[in-house]
Amino acid sequence: MTESAAKPRVAVHKFSSCDGCQLAFLNLGETLLQIAELVDIVHFAEAGPLDPEAAVDIAFVEGSISTPDEVERIQRVRANSRFLVSIGACATAGGIQSLRNLAEDNQWLGQVYARPDYIATLDKVTPIAGQVKVDLELWGCPVNSRQIVSAIRALLFGVVPVTEQDKVCLECKRQQRVCVLVAQGTPCMGPVTRTGCGALCPSFGRDCYGCYGPAENPNTQALARRFEGLGLAPDAIARRFHAITSGAPAFHEAGLQQSDLKRQEKDHGG
Amino acid sequence: MADETQQRSVELHVPVLTRVEGEGALHLRIRDGQIEQLQLAIFEPPRLFEKFLEGRSYEEVPDLVARICGICPVAYQMSAVDALESLFGIDPGPWVQDMRRVLYCGEWIESHSLHIHLLAAPDFFGYDNVMAMAKDHPDEVRRGMHLQGLGNALIRLLGARSVHPVGVRVGGFHHAPDEREVDNLLRQLRDALPQAEAMVRWTAAIDLPERTQSFPSVACQSDDYPLVGGRIVSDRGLSIDKSAFEQQFAEHQEPHSTALYSLLDGQPYLVGPMARLNLHRDRLPAAVTHLMDSLPIDWPSANPFHGMVARAIEIYYALHEAIRLLGAYRRPAQPFVPVTPKAGTGFGCSEAPRGLLWHRYDVDAQGLITAARIVPPTSQNQARIEADLRESLTDFGLDQPDDALRQHCEQVIRNYDPCISCATHFLRLTTERL
Ligand code: SF4
Ligand code: SF4
Repeated sequence: MTESAAKPRVAVHKFSSCDGCQLAFLNLGETLLQIAELVDIVHFAEAGPLDPEAAVDIAFVEGSISTPDEVERIQRVRANSRFLVSIGACATAGGIQSLRNLAEDNQWLGQVYARPDYIATLDKVTPIAGQVKVDLELWGCPVNSRQIVSAIRALLFGVVPVTEQDKVCLECKRQQRVCVLVAQGTPCMGPVTRTGCGALCPSFGRDCYGCYGPAENPNTQALARRFEGLGLAPDAIARRFHAITSGAPAFHEAGLQQSDLKRQEKDHGG
Repeated sequence: MADETQQRSVELHVPVLTRVEGEGALHLRIRDGQIEQLQLAIFEPPRLFEKFLEGRSYEEVPDLVARICGICPVAYQMSAVDALESLFGIDPGPWVQDMRRVLYCGEWIESHSLHIHLLAAPDFFGYDNVMAMAKDHPDEVRRGMHLQGLGNALIRLLGARSVHPVGVRVGGFHHAPDEREVDNLLRQLRDALPQAEAMVRWTAAIDLPERTQSFPSVACQSDDYPLVGGRIVSDRGLSIDKSAFEQQFAEHQEPHSTALYSLLDGQPYLVGPMARLNLHRDRLPAAVTHLMDSLPIDWPSANPFHGMVARAIEIYYALHEAIRLLGAYRRPAQPFVPVTPKAGTGFGCSEAPRGLLWHRYDVDAQGLITAARIVPPTSQNQARIEADLRESLTDFGLDQPDDALRQHCEQVIRNYDPCISCATHFLRLTTERL
């Protein structure tokens, strides 16, 4: 083993999030201890090491940017990191909290907090790449330990990790699952969603809900038509796209098209 | 800084409180040897879940509310299904109820093990983190991680993954595991009982500060040790239906924190493992109470430092409970009951690893949510943590050096295992001595 000075330095940063992606490290058990031997974990507040301003080789970033303070903090993380990896739907697409970007006005804070003026937030939630250059994105809500470990392993060997681009359907078929869209007519998001989870939802006999975000070239229009054929109203279809990864452009737009349809229906239907 | 002639003024600044789930800050002002101001600030950017839920179908709620907290997603799912099923008048039957307990046991084991070994224990053994502690105490750390892994395996059995599991639906589960999977896991759970017992004894043998504090303990109450649903009770005579929560418990906002403060009749109160043990020892199986009787701690306890031991005991309990329920496992024909939504207001509660988690949903006739309210355990404990800090710091000695004070504060706060993600978040400690 190389001595400490030569070990790659790693940081794990948290922004607006649920902490679930950090668990991809904290649930590693024995492997976490092994990783701690191979790299120097210099900052990981939830696990103890604290040095947020340290220069590092790899920074893992969880969470979205939703306050003025976070804008400044992510700039410093970028400046201090050779390789920046955003982990999870919050970091790659803004996460579930970017649903607030779709709200018609900015009244939400005032409806939850009696004194919204105590709380500083940005008008729009953004993913990490909306603020700084990101070198690698690991999707998922949450990312899983396999994604994290293979990224670390690749980076330790000095290569850029390969990420999944395929659709969940592909993995589902590989596992020879019964298709819930075909067999049960449930509105599965598998045809447009990026794989990486292991097709967990269909393996449990239920519809995928898109937490890994859009796959490469997703045909969202075709899927929306399919959902319509199943009897879903436009706003129900919009909600399928506007859920955990509503900030990802392909899902953002697909959802908006449906909301427009709903509006037109209302206008014409009287 | 210092105006040495009249007053001594020292400022201490610690950027982030480590080893809590999420982040927070503490501000402390000491004037003439007295605490003048003490504020636990939680300023995680608010994620406004209550608003996202408006306009969504009841069917989406379990998957959405899970995202409030990665460490206790099951708790959010359980309080939500409890609320919605209460409103719709659905009884999902014994199989679903049993499996919900099993799933929840998994989350208690996972969350409590994580807290004890990764977050709290390093304090008591003088390490900054678990990686450092593992070098000198490899067996204890491995044992803790093994238990944490078993908790995760239980969640995966019914939820496919341990963070934001996908198995829960209103009315029951999407999927029932087959008997072979259950048997495999059952064997591992049984094998872990001696390790869990040793872990309980290990936490109870740690030299903990002596404290006696007075506070009401609050928890759900059901026939068994509380997990999902039931009444809400305290050890000061409170016993209410979950629908009456808002009449007894009031939340308010303070300028220094994005978490709301919850008070019972205007007073701080405790929720969580210690509150549950203080209230419901008589609902534990004999194997657990025997172990408790052999420990040098009397329950009910008024020492918040016993929180870690309470967590350890609950791990031991959750293992027993999962073994009991899975030991009688039969795969049902269908793992859920059909659901027809109804307009109205539904109230739900359950015992998250960190304590009482209360939900309210207003639903329209189509089953769409029109309003939601969620009161997480950490905002309920927030006032109690501040009250504890005031007492503890005075007992500890306000003249102690800043570093020791900071460390002691962090230790006290960690006893509550605050999940700042749930309550929203950031611990920064500033001390002013005037
Ligand atoms: S992506 Fe999902 S699991 Fe990860 S931090 Fe965000 S909400 Fe939590
Ligand atoms: S179940 Fe969903 S992910 Fe699987 S093949 Fe069908 S549509 Fe695709």
